[in-house]
Amino acid sequence: MIAGASNALRVVVYEGEGSRPLDDVQRYDLMRTLLEKGYAVTRTRSGGTVSGPGESGGTMVVLGRFDRQQFAQADGAAGDLKLHFRDIEGQATAACVETVESIRGEAQAPKPGGWKPWFPVIDYKRCTNCMQCMSFCLFDVYGVSSEGKIKVQNQNNCKTDCPACSRVCPEVAILFPKYRFGPINGDEVSSDDVRREAMKVDISALLGGDIYSALRDRSEKAKSRFSKERDEDRALKERNRCLDKLKESVGAMDIPAEVLASLPSPDQIREKAAQAKARAEEALKLANLNPGASPS
Amino acid sequence: MSEVARILYCHCAYAQVVPKDVKEEVLRQLCASGVAFDAVADLCELSAKGDPALARLVGEGTLKIAACYPRAVKWLFEAAGVSLGENVEVLNMRTEPAEQVVFAILGPGFATAAAQSKEAL
Repeated sequence: MIAGASNALRVVVYEGEGSRPLDDVQRYDLMRTLLEKGYAVTRTRSGGTVSGPGESGGTMVVLGRFDRQQFAQADGAAGDLKLHFRDIEGQATAACVETVESIRGEAQAPKPGGWKPWFPVIDYKRCTNCMQCMSFCLFDVYGVSSEGKIKVQNQNNCKTDCPACSRVCPEVAILFPKYRFGPINGDEVSSDDVRREAMKVDISALLGGDIYSALRDRSEKAKSRFSKERDEDRALKERNRCLDKLKESVGAMDIPAEVLASLPSPDQIREKAAQAKARAEEALKLANLNPGASPS
Repeated sequence: MSEVARILYCHCAYAQVVPKDVKEEVLRQLCASGVAFDAVADLCELSAKGDPALARLVGEGTLKIAACYPRAVKWLFEAAGVSLGENVEVLNMRTEPAEQVVFAILGPGFATAAAQSKEAL
C-alpha cells in the first residue's frame, strides 16, 4: 500500500561514457520488465538530460556494460544516496531483474507495486469547497486542512474501482485517473458535463433521496420486523436485500458490488453521515474565515 | 541553442486504462531512439505516496510527459505538492496513437519509425 516513498529504489540503465550501449531489444525488454515490476528506471546517454539524484537519498542501482572492471560490481554512496554498480554484460533480462530485486532486499527498500493506486484527486481549479464529497464518503477518505479546505487525506481507505464520490461532486472536480470514462478520468470537462452535474444540486437529486436515507428507510422497515423476531440470519438477508435494491438504484453510479457489500450497517451509516456533516459544516465555517487558503 | 526537453514516461503499470499497444510502442521507440529519459511504473502510485521523486522528475527546464489526461497528470503532481510549470507538456497515451505521442516527444523522424513499426506488426 502507501509506504516508504523516501527509501524507494531507482534503477539506472547506464549507457554513457565508459560503457557500451545495450542492444535495442534488450534495452526495451529490460526497461519494460522493470517498469511492470514497479521500478522507476532511467536510461542515461552521454549528452542526454535526465532527472537528478534528488535530495531524499534512497538506493540507486546502476546497470551497464562497463568498460572498466572496477564498475563490474561496486557499491558506494554519494551523500545519502546508496549506489550499486552491476555489470550486465551477457545477462538475460531475468538475471538483471534478479540482481535488482536482490539489492532491493538487502537495502530493505520497499517492494514496489502490489496496490492499484485508486484514490480521488481534487481539481482545485473547479472545487468550490462545498464538502459534499466529505459528507458522502463513508470511509473517511476526505479531510480538511487547517484552513478548512477539503483535501484527500486517507487514500488507503478508498475502495478500489469505486468512483461514487466523484458522482456527487456538483463541479466535476473529483478525478479518478484510473477510471474508464471521462470526465472522471481527467478528460476535459465539457459544457454537457457541467449541465448534468448542475442538475444534481445535492446528493439527494442523484437517487431521489440520498444513499443514506435509502438505507435509513430500509433500516426502519427492517427494525420493525426485527423487533418482532430478532433473527440474525433474517437480518443478514434483509441487509442483502437492501443492498440489492440499492445496487439497482445506484447502478448508474458504477459502484462495485464489493463496496456496497462492505458498507457499514444502516445505523452506523446514519451516525457516520451525521458526523461527516458536522465536520463539513465546521470546515466550511473555518474556510469562510480563511478565504483563498491553500489545501495543504 | 534550443533547450533539449527532458522526457518522462509513465507505464501506468497497475491498470489497463492506457492501451497496452500504445504504451509499449512509445516505450519501444524511446528505447530505440538514443535519447536519455526517465520512466516510472505509475505516476498515480508516486502521487499517492507523496514521493519526493516527483519533484526530482519535474526538476527545472522543459519536460515532456507521456502519460494520460493532462488534467489528471497536473492534479496528481499537485496532490503530492509539486506544481507543473508552463514548460511541461503532457502527451496523452489514452487517446493519442503511439506515433503521435512519439512525434510530439522526439520529432518527425522517430514518428515515422513508429508508424512503420506498427505497420510491420
